[in-house]
Amino acid sequence: MNDSSVPPQSVVRPTLFELLRAFAGVSVAAFGGALPWSRRMIVERKGWMTAQEFNEAFALSQFLPGPNTINFAVVFGSRFAGAPGAAVAVTGLIGPPLVIVTVLAFLYERYGGQPALDHVLAGIASSAAGLLIAAVAKMATPLLSKRWNAALLIALLAFAGVALMHWPLPYVFLGLAPFSIALAWFGRTP
Amino acid sequence: MSPLISLFSLFAVLSLFAVGGAQAAIPEMHRVAVDVMHWLSDRQFADMYAISQLSPGPNVIIVALIGFHVAGLAGAGVAITAMCGPTCVLAYFVARIWDRFKQARWRAAVQAGLVPMSIGLIAASAFVLARAADHNVYAVLITAATAVTAYWTRVNPLWLFAVAGALGFAGLV
Repeated sequence: MNDSSVPPQSVVRPTLFELLRAFAGVSVAAFGGALPWSRRMIVERKGWMTAQEFNEAFALSQFLPGPNTINFAVVFGSRFAGAPGAAVAVTGLIGPPLVIVTVLAFLYERYGGQPALDHVLAGIASSAAGLLIAAVAKMATPLLSKRWNAALLIALLAFAGVALMHWPLPYVFLGLAPFSIALAWFGRTP
Repeated sequence: MSPLISLFSLFAVLSLFAVGGAQAAIPEMHRVAVDVMHWLSDRQFADMYAISQLSPGPNVIIVALIGFHVAGLAGAGVAITAMCGPTCVLAYFVARIWDRFKQARWRAAVQAGLVPMSIGLIAASAFVLARAADHNVYAVLITAATAVTAYWTRVNPLWLFAVAGALGFAGLV
C-alpha cells in the first residue's frame, strides 16, 4: 500500500502538455467507453501509475456520480498537477470527441429522415442496446452467484423504479442508497 | 423557460445521481428529453445513442447530441458542461480526501453499497434503449444476437454495428 502523499518511485510525472496529449490520444482511439484505453495508456505505455494505483483511482471514479471516465481524468490529472492538471486532462478527453460528435450531430439534423440513413441507424441502435445488455450481464454475474442476496434485491429495485415505474432518478437514488449502504455496512452485500 | 436553462438543469441534476456513469443516466435522459419535454421521439433518442456509440470518446458525449438537437452549438456546449462540471468539482474534492479514509468502514460500505445500484441503473438503461430501438421482430433479434455475441466473445463492437447497420440498410428494421 502506497501512501498517496509519497509518490512511488515507479511513477513518472507527466507535464501538463503530456497530460493533454495523452488524454486527447485516448479520446479519439477509444470506442465504447474510454476506460480500458486509459489503462493501456497510463499503466502499460507511460508508466504513470502502477496497476494497483490505477485500480484504486478507477474504483473511486466509478463510485462517484457522473461520467466515470471524466471523473477518472479529474482524479488522475489532479493527483499530478492539481486543478490545472484536472482541467487539462478533462479538456483532452472531451475536446476531440466533442468536435467529432458535433459534426455528426449537424449531419444527423440535416440528413436524418433520409430512409437509407434511418434504416442503418435503426439497425445500429438495436445492436447498441444489445451491447449494453451484454455489459450488464457481465457486471451482474457476481450478484447471481448466490441464491439469495441483498445486492441483487437492490439492483432489481433500482431497475424496477427507473425502467418500469419511470420514477425520476434522484428519487430512486435517494430512496435506495441509504438502504444499500446500510446493508453493506452490516455486511449483507458483497 | 429557455431551452438552455432546461438543458442545464436536466444534466446538472441527473449527473449528480448517476452512479455507474453516463450509461446509468440513460433512462433519466430519456424520461426528461422524450416523455416530459418532448424534445425527441423514441426513434431519435435511439439514433442519438447509436451515434454516440459510433463516435470515439467517453459515452457521455450523447448529451452533446441531445443538446445540439435542442439548441444548436450552444445547446451542445451547455449540455456537456452541465453533465461534467458539477461532478468534476465533486471528484476533485473527493479525490483529495479519499485516501485519508482508506481504512474507514463507512468508505467501504458506501463503495460496496453503490455497486448494486449502478448495476440496476445500467440494466434499466439497456431496457429503455431496447424499448426505444426495437419496433419489430428483426430489431429484437439484432439486439439479442448482439447481446449473446458480445457476452461470449471479445469481438470488436464496431463489427457488430457494421453487421447491424447492413441489416438495417437491407430493410429489416
